[in-house]
Amino acid sequence: MKILYFAWLCERLNRGEEEVSPPASVVTIADLIDWLAGKDEAFALAVEKRSLIKAAVDAKLVTHGTPIAGARVVALFPPMTGG
Amino acid sequence: MAVRVSTDPFDPGAETNAFLAAGQGAGAAVTFTGVVRSRPDDPITALTLECYPELAINQLASIVEQATSRFGLLAATVIHRYGTLAPGEPIVQVMTLSPHREAAFKGAEFLMDYLKTGAPFWKQETGPNGTHWVEAKAEDDVAKARWE
Repeated sequence: MKILYFAWLCERLNRGEEEVSPPASVVTIADLIDWLAGKDEAFALAVEKRSLIKAAVDAKLVTHGTPIAGARVVALFPPMTGG
Repeated sequence: MAVRVSTDPFDPGAETNAFLAAGQGAGAAVTFTGVVRSRPDDPITALTLECYPELAINQLASIVEQATSRFGLLAATVIHRYGTLAPGEPIVQVMTLSPHREAAFKGAEFLMDYLKTGAPFWKQETGPNGTHWVEAKAEDDVAKARWE
């Protein structure tokens, strides 16, 4: 699955996207964040405050409890500041 | 109902006129335009908006749909720019149309309150002291919560 990063999350990770293949034990967005944090110290630091990380699955806004089964694109990003 | 997300500049007056022309005889139309702010005590030279366009279109369409049914709007349009903008340039415009003014005003406010925290744009300000990401404001969450 492809993961997209935006705004300061993209900046801190120094990448806007990556391809990952999480194991079957990674069921939800929260699991995915934990799994990515376990693999990468920069990621772990950037997502330390989990409440600041928002997510979308296939361009639909979701919560951390949302399952990621079948997702093609997951996006992770900070709180939105539009308008 | 229309949603547009683009890096292209838009002309707020022309957009308003086109919206009014399409809604002939409706009764009440409200237009809100958000422009890049730069105050003497907090000057900025540029505002860069990052965007996730696919999600922005989905989110804005959903917000417009909610406003339309909640306030019985006859039409609603949201235009949102992203990319790098200069002070004074329009960022966002919402337009609502209804038989009476109350629904048009409320619909426009609802659209702005929801899109501030619910549409995937991220602002970065550049000023004399460099560039920084604009932090999400608690008052924007409060503004949205009053409709719940």
